[in-house]
Amino acid sequence: MSSKQIYQEVILDHCKKPRNWGMVSKPTHKAEGINPLCGDHLWVSMTVVDETIEDIQYEGESCAICMASGSMMTMKVKGKAFTDVMALTEQFRSLTTGPSEADGAKELGSLTVFSGIRDLPSRVKCAMLPWHTLTAAINSKEEASTEGDQDPVPGSGTQKT
Amino acid sequence: MGKAMRNDTVVKYDVERIRRDFPVLSTSVNDNPLVYLDSGASSQMPQSVIDRINHYHQYEHANIHRGVYQLSEQATTAYEEVRTTVARFLNVPDSAEIIFTKGTTHAINLVAHAYGRKFVRAGDEIIVSHMEHHSNIVPWQQLCEEVGATLKVIPISDVGELDLEVYEGLLSEKTKMVAVTHVSNVLGTINPIRDMVALAHAKDIPVLVDGAQGAPHMKVDVQDLDCDFYIFSGHKVCGPTGIGVLYGKRDWLERMDPFEGGGDMILSVTFEKTTYADIPAKFEAGTPPIVSALGLGKAIDYLESIGLDSIELHEKVLTKYAMDALTDIEDITFYGTAPNKAGVISFNIKGVHAHDIGTLLNDDGVAVRTGHHCAQPIMQRYKVPATTRASFYLYNTVDDVDKLVVAIRKAQKIFS
Repeated sequence: MSSKQIYQEVILDHCKKPRNWGMVSKPTHKAEGINPLCGDHLWVSMTVVDETIEDIQYEGESCAICMASGSMMTMKVKGKAFTDVMALTEQFRSLTTGPSEADGAKELGSLTVFSGIRDLPSRVKCAMLPWHTLTAAINSKEEASTEGDQDPVPGSGTQKT
Repeated sequence: MGKAMRNDTVVKYDVERIRRDFPVLSTSVNDNPLVYLDSGASSQMPQSVIDRINHYHQYEHANIHRGVYQLSEQATTAYEEVRTTVARFLNVPDSAEIIFTKGTTHAINLVAHAYGRKFVRAGDEIIVSHMEHHSNIVPWQQLCEEVGATLKVIPISDVGELDLEVYEGLLSEKTKMVAVTHVSNVLGTINPIRDMVALAHAKDIPVLVDGAQGAPHMKVDVQDLDCDFYIFSGHKVCGPTGIGVLYGKRDWLERMDPFEGGGDMILSVTFEKTTYADIPAKFEAGTPPIVSALGLGKAIDYLESIGLDSIELHEKVLTKYAMDALTDIEDITFYGTAPNKAGVISFNIKGVHAHDIGTLLNDDGVAVRTGHHCAQPIMQRYKVPATTRASFYLYNTVDDVDKLVVAIRKAQKIFS
């Protein structure tokens, strides 16, 4: 499979100019995500009011796919309630790991540029890492990990900080 | 590369003939011929090895050291013949000093347990280097935690060489083992093993050499190196996975306790007491990977038919050519530029993560390794999360290198 589908302009643009880059000043929720396979390492921080994400930022060091996924994710979930965010996360997971492109819901909008990643199984983790980290930040009471997840590549994990 | 150099290699070394022995090298990836530059992770298998494996499965399969019937006896003989082949390969006079394991990692764990639990005590020290693969760090770390010993680390320089002065200073009466790699899987550095062994032996300290990246690429003479343990894997010497080799000096192997218990490693078993078999059986509990051993034997025959010295020279020429060609790429940084370097080139391209390089290179059929290469301390040393690594073997060509360079430039363009 050619990666041309993945390295599109929109992804390269978010990679070069990541949106919502940094750490919110007084985060109520925060988590760290690591993919030891490729060294991707990022932090998601949020200000949450009544289970709604008022502000969200992320930062770290990662490949282009992870970087763009994080950038587009923060734009997508800002202002949304936890329940909606969790539904979006599931939709994004289906989009990147499901058997066909139709698996992604319309709500994902521009995030559907990641649909081609399902043909690059070793890179699914890269696209999913920001989302796993977001989930870990939301579940601030529990340790979250991607171990044993349905993604095809084991070995990454997230932790609450 | 100058014309003379290219001609020299072609005349003495028919790489195109060698390539025809490897079926996978004539396959395509994304409509491009496969350019396989990841032999440092796993080398490819020639037809003779594949045939040997198939033949065993079709006509020779039986357990060894057990049956008195013909099929089992033949399998036993074939398996034990490989032990002799491996002994010759490493210039070991006594083939009982060759232990078959599942791989390099398994073999290091064997020594860390069987030697470590017997001879290492609280307050003792184990020396490793900063350029070790995780498999030559973690087993020693686990040992140290268990018995209360301390892990000491030989530092590396910016070009990727061990600091031998510091090493000498680390050796003391507390040191119970030096575990060091022959060739770095990330930096390509070939370490001065003979000198390091001599320094350790002057203080009666044994030395284990991780030869996973050494034995495939140069003639190894363990008597000359005088190391106490030398280890390598089948799947990096053109053999199959599931088989590794531990060479150990008889004296150590006999003094060590068994690692795993089970069938084949005993003399007698009662519920009161078990007595153990002599080496090598003592360290080969259970049914071994028989077919993988037979494949390894054929792989060694194959490498020896070409000649380890010729392979080493071919890779040296190719590595020099590749370093020169890659240096011309803008914004490239190399990790590991020691003068005595094997065919392993690690690099990063400014502004493009190694993982993206790897995916984009795959579009052009170029297979390289990206990530931390199971050597995170090296990544920390050079302050990078990951690198791209091209590694060469007997079947790689200047054409492979040229295609690598073109593919990198293409990837660079996408991110520019």
